[in-house]
Parts: sequence; C-alpha cells; structure tokens
Amino acid sequence: MGSAILCKELTKSYVTDKTATRALRGVDLAVEEGELFMLVGPSGCGKTTLISVIAGILNQDGGECRIFGEDLKAMSEEQRTAYRGHTVGFVFQSYNLIPTLTASENVSIPLLLNGYAREEAAAKAEAMLGRVGLQGKIRSLPNSLSGGQQQRVAIARALAHNPRLIVCDEPTSALDYATGLEIMDLFRHEALNGNRTLVIVTHDSRIFHFADRIGVMDDGTIVQIARSAAEVHLDQTHKK
Amino acid sequence: MLAGNRGKFFAMLFGVALTALIITQQSSIFIGLMSRTVGFIFDTPQPDLWVMDPKVQFVDDIKPLQDTKLFQVRGVEGVQWAVPLYKGQLRARLSNGLFQTCNVIGLDDATLVAGPPTMVEGTLADLRRADGVIVDEAAAKGKLARQGQGPDSPSVPLKVGDTLELNDNRAIVVGIARATRTFQSQPIIYTTYSRAMRFAPRERKLLSFVLAEVQPGQDVHEVAARIRRQTGLAAYTAEEFRGLTIRYFMKNTGIPINFGMAVGLGFLVGVAIVGQTFFSFIVDNMRYLGILKAMGASNQLLFRMILLQTALVGVIGCGLGMGIASLTSIVSKNSELAFYMPWQVPVVTFLATGLITLITSAFSLRKVLSLEPAIVFKG
Repeated sequence: MGSAILCKELTKSYVTDKTATRALRGVDLAVEEGELFMLVGPSGCGKTTLISVIAGILNQDGGECRIFGEDLKAMSEEQRTAYRGHTVGFVFQSYNLIPTLTASENVSIPLLLNGYAREEAAAKAEAMLGRVGLQGKIRSLPNSLSGGQQQRVAIARALAHNPRLIVCDEPTSALDYATGLEIMDLFRHEALNGNRTLVIVTHDSRIFHFADRIGVMDDGTIVQIARSAAEVHLDQTHKK
Repeated sequence: MLAGNRGKFFAMLFGVALTALIITQQSSIFIGLMSRTVGFIFDTPQPDLWVMDPKVQFVDDIKPLQDTKLFQVRGVEGVQWAVPLYKGQLRARLSNGLFQTCNVIGLDDATLVAGPPTMVEGTLADLRRADGVIVDEAAAKGKLARQGQGPDSPSVPLKVGDTLELNDNRAIVVGIARATRTFQSQPIIYTTYSRAMRFAPRERKLLSFVLAEVQPGQDVHEVAARIRRQTGLAAYTAEEFRGLTIRYFMKNTGIPINFGMAVGLGFLVGVAIVGQTFFSFIVDNMRYLGILKAMGASNQLLFRMILLQTALVGVIGCGLGMGIASLTSIVSKNSELAFYMPWQVPVVTFLATGLITLITSAFSLRKVLSLEPAIVFKG
C-alpha cells in the first residue's frame, strides 16, 4: 500500500496584530492507506492545526503535504473545495449535525454536494444509517437523539460519499466510556473498510488501543510514533 | 435552515410583509389621491380638447372666460363643435340649516356634454326639467343626506324629487349619478349651463372651460395649436390636462414628499428588520455554514442557498403585505379612503422587496466569503 498522507517539514504560524504563534514547527509524517492513525498530545500542541492542513481546510506556510500523492498547496481554492468534497470525511467532537435537518438529510449532504440526485442520496443515506445501527432514527432530528446516536449519524455522514480519508477531532470526548468504545468499534469495523485511512485526534487514552499507530505531538512537532498504546509516552512531551 | 428557526423566520416574514404593506398601501393611497385630482377629467371623456385661460394651473383653478371666447373657438378651422362648461363652487343649504360647499358643473343645455359617467337613478335628459340637478351618489348618501325625524335617527339619503337650496335658488333632484370622488371630496352637482349661470353669483365672466371636438381627419395637436394662436387661450387634450393638474399637485403640495417619506421609511424598516434578523441568523449558523464549506460546498453554492432562503421569505412576505393592503382596499371601498392600486404598484413593491432581499443577502455574503472552514474544529 502507498502513503495516504505524506508531510515533510510542515510549518504553520498564526499571526495576530502583535504576535506570531508557531503551531507547526516542521512536522514530518507518513500515514499508510488503510491505517487508523491517532494524533495525541497536550492541548495547543498543534494536533488540530495538523489535521486541518491534512483535510485541506487550512493552508500550511511551509513544507509539503501530499494526500494520496496530491500536493494540497499547489491546488487552487476551487480544487481544494472539490478535494474536500470527494476525498475527505469529517467527524467532530460536538457532532456538528445541522439541527433543522433529519438524520437522513444530514447524511445526504455530502452526497448532494457530490452531485447525487435527491432520491438517490436519500436512499444511500438511509442505507448508511442502517449500517451504523440507526435504522429506526432516519427521520429523527439531531436534538431528539442521544450523544452516541448523534455521533453515529456524524460517522454515517462522514462515510456516505465513500471518501478515502476521514479526519476526526476528539470523536469520543463528549461520550461516556461505553459509548466511546462503541463508536471506536464502529470506526474500526465500518470506517476502515477497503483502503480508507483514518486520522483521529484524541486526548482519550482509553481508546488508544484501537489505533494502528499513534503519533505523539508536542509544541508543533511529532515527538514519537508508537505502534501500540503501551508504547505511548505522553510524559515525553516538553522533553524534545 | 431558516424555516427551522421559527423565531427568525417569522421576524423576517413580518419585516418583509410590513414593508410590502406600507409601500403598497401608501403608494396606492398616493395614486388614489392623485387620481381624485383629475377625477373630473376622467369622468369627461367626450371632448378632444379642453380650452381655458392660459393661466389655469389645474382643473380646479378656474379663471373664467368671456362668453365670446366660445364663439372664437367654434370659429377655428378644424373644430367640429365647441360647448361651454361651468365649474364652480356654490353653497348648498341643507335641511338642517347647515351649509355645504358643492362642486357645481354646468353642462351645455343643448348637448349635455360632460355629464356624469354613470346614472344610478333618472336620466341625463331629466336635467331639462325645471330647476333640475343631478347629485352624485356618495354626496346623496353622505354630505347632502337629510336629517332623520328624531334627534338620534339616521340620516336619509337624498332622492329624486327632493329639493335643495343652491345659493338661495331652488333646485330639484332629478337624478342620482356615480362620479369619481374629487380631491376635496365635495358633493358634485350637475345641472345645465344656463341654470348654473342662475345659481352662481353674478360676475362679469362665468365660462370656465370650452370643450371642443376636432373634425374627423384633423390632427388634435395641430387644432390645439391653432386655437392657441387664434384665441390666445390654452388648449389641452385630456391627457395633457391631467398631466398639468398632477404636475401642479406634485410640485405645489406636500403630498409627494409625505407619501414618499412613508414609502421610504417602509423600505428602511424592511431593510433594518430583515437585514438585522437575517444577519443574526447567518452569524448563529456560521458553524454550520463552515461545516458545509469544509465538506466541499463552494462559496457560490452557499450564497445561492442564502439567496434562496431570503427570496423565499421575500416572496411570501411580499404576498402577505400586498394581500393585507388589497384587503384594506376592499374593506374601505365605499369609504373616503383614496385607494387605487394599478398594476405598477405590486410590481414596484415586488421590486422593492427584491431589493431588500438582495441587500440582506449581500450583507451576509461578506460574512460567508470570509468564513474559514477551519472554524469547524474550534470548540
């Protein structure tokens, strides 16, 4: 299998009126196709900035970032929008489902954005909701669902258009432990079908064992790549 | 998305509906009032030309002519016929002793040209009966109605056979007619020219207008120019005379400014309510717009979504506002309210609400264009 994500010397700074904060200080990272990769580290270490660059919603300042061989920096704004539309699926900490749309309509969104007809999108969305165990909640509005159910809808939405890469930001942190495990199980068994690649940002050490590899970040760089939860040394942070 | 937020949806709907109502109603009342200023010209379609003193500025600005002017007009080449018309204000004494100023129209005795457009009771020819007058329906039921028997009894409409006292002269009602209400909403009384001369206070000159018909095949404007040249009088077609009158009222009264301000305020209220509510809706939903953007929605698509939603509110609100305004016109059909809604008013209202929709969307567009999809990973 080839590299899904290949980042070299990636840098990114946030500039305000008086100060510049260096969020990424030369990140080198390679994630294989079909891999579940976790990014862990303390708050403010640059995890979210890194997945934002990988997802194509933020431009890096320097270095190179290739996703499935495509250089994101070389893309125009329209190309990046199209790239996000067909290549990336998103799962967020706070679900971010549109509250006025039903579960099925929420899941239909990426399909409609990819040019599916309304009826076809609805049928695919309903099938996808079935795969994540929400057959009976197709017409439900998000606020009538539990946190775990909402996250399942979000996962169905991320998977609906069959993207090659899924980026997740703290997908279990708003859930209780048991529900968090169910969600990770869903990621492992549903989301990783085929050669799809998952990058999950998390603080939750109880789900580390779901990862194929874990990248430990600190102060804008990756300080350790661990192959199992046991190898992760979060105390390495700040000792670079 | 917007319909899901009922509070903001209804606030915007209310804003657009209120704007459409104010614009439609105020414009229609303005046009209604302006129409009343030229109501008498509308009601007198027979002559090709209205001949009058050149100093006349509008239809009620009577500058009497010498009777000989009638013969001069008749002598102009291209004139088929010309008849005199008296138009003046006389006092009528009512049965309760009060006085009411009336608009008295004196028609040519022989032809009765310029009579009322619709007779409700009696015929125009009844004017040839001794002391005969025709009274307009609204006045017969209103300002000229007789007092009931008891102190609290309802007034009794004036009917054929009743008598009036016009400037100390006896007049007998021989007909009831329907005429366009005048700007001053005074009763309109039609009679013959010779009888009007008797009713009117003695003056050296009493001829208000000469109404002229152009011979077939003759150009109206050429004949009008000939009349001006040969008699020194002004000669206008009905359309020109209406234009002259409306221009006078537009220029010399505060009516256009007052109504224009009401319409302008209505528009501003619409922009303020709808703009502010929609902008706040956009701000509330920035996160969701950011998600859509992150998931691959282009700026154009987001803007089309916004435009569609504001347009939907615009169309529903505009329909509601115009509907309420139309309802007002139906309810007040027989009242003093001058309400006239030609097809141009709904078109202007629709365009105005369309403009509000565009302005509102444009405010939000800036916000959407500057939206960073990275917002989705914040908090």
